[in-house]
Amino acid sequence: MFKAFRCIVMRDLTLAMRRRTDVLTTLFFFIIVVSLFPLGAGTEKMILQKIAPGVAWVAALLASMLALERLFASDFADGTLEQLLLTPQPLFVLVLGKVLAHWLLTGMPLVLIAPLVGLQYYLPDDAVITMMLTLLIGTPVLSLIGAIGAALTLGLRGGGILLSLLILPLYIPVMVYGAGAVSASAMGTTDLQAYFSILSGFLILALVLSPIATAAALRISVE
Amino acid sequence: MIPFFGWLTAILMVGGLYWGFFETPDRLSDQKEYYRIIYIHVGAAWMSMWLYVVMAAWSLAGLVFQTRLSFMIAKAVAPTGAIATFLALWTGAFWGQTSWGTWWDWDPRMTSELILLFLYMGYMALQSAIDDPRRADRAAALLALVGLVCVPIIFWSINCPDPNECAALHQTSSPGGGNMEPNILIAMLVTALAFWMYSFVAILMRVRNIILERERHTTWVNELLEKNK
Repeated sequence: MFKAFRCIVMRDLTLAMRRRTDVLTTLFFFIIVVSLFPLGAGTEKMILQKIAPGVAWVAALLASMLALERLFASDFADGTLEQLLLTPQPLFVLVLGKVLAHWLLTGMPLVLIAPLVGLQYYLPDDAVITMMLTLLIGTPVLSLIGAIGAALTLGLRGGGILLSLLILPLYIPVMVYGAGAVSASAMGTTDLQAYFSILSGFLILALVLSPIATAAALRISVE
Repeated sequence: MIPFFGWLTAILMVGGLYWGFFETPDRLSDQKEYYRIIYIHVGAAWMSMWLYVVMAAWSLAGLVFQTRLSFMIAKAVAPTGAIATFLALWTGAFWGQTSWGTWWDWDPRMTSELILLFLYMGYMALQSAIDDPRRADRAAALLALVGLVCVPIIFWSINCPDPNECAALHQTSSPGGGNMEPNILIAMLVTALAFWMYSFVAILMRVRNIILERERHTTWVNELLEKNK
């Protein structure tokens, strides 16, 4: 079972390394969206500091959502997905492997690029660290929830826009507490434990429930 | 059943509105005549939330027991629920404009209602985007269940964005709470019941159409069509 899990993760990572632009597109989408806001809302330091947590999180939501379309699409197109459904290993383990690989390729870069947002928006160092931590806990949740939507909209026309309609409302709690923690940290609050506890709770809940729902959705979509 | 619930809707709605407009005092605490929008607003808001649960319950029944009719009912509930949600938001905007002086406020209840509308829209969009009815039913049912799991978390996260101050869960701006004139309460409950009956009518009619549409290849539908020609 673990062998199959590792095999899936390594396979997806290798595939992505052969087409590096896909990974970079998501990352640059995030950077561009974040850079657009100061141009639109004015470059005043006070305003930027205030909107930074929200902007960073909304950009992260959009970036991870746009990348979701590719999660199962290529496997569906070349028939790999049907083979995955036929394997003796439980499907949710394979799904978890695919989501992990997907997060390493799209969520992890966002965490690493977060200090750049901090520079652009004049955030204090503490807030930048908080942002990295919340993104580190929060983006896996986004990938996990999004996987359900990606599985449901598999192979549909206009799948991307439909996916956003289905998934974005479900992302709200993660964003509320993720951005809330960064805001509180930028205000100088040091006790952020409650935020991290809630976000970790979301992560655990999503880790348990989402792969099962995704597996069910894949069976519905492919049958 | 449809005429029965239809007449019940009409009687309750007319009766409740009559009671609400002519048998109740002119003001509710510090609000003047305009508080009467409560008779539509509260009924619609209650139905919008309840219908989502109904929809998810029928979806679950369909997924568990593999019954086609359950999916059809769930599909029929969604538009009525979406309309109730929209009506609650719309009348709420009018009410807000008259009593708070603003069309929209990022009050937890209003935001939750808006997100509920998004969830209904997502369900209907997924349902209509898939051509194969079998896949559409099951995919949308799964989405409704995922939504049902997420709804409490979403509402709660909007209610207390700061986890250290969750004691302030009860917002003060909510209308209708506290000591209400009994006459107003009766009229409001009667109109709310009217909304419930209306939902029965609309959903039953829609289910009938869905059944006819899906069973159009069978002989009994064709016989029915021949008879009604």
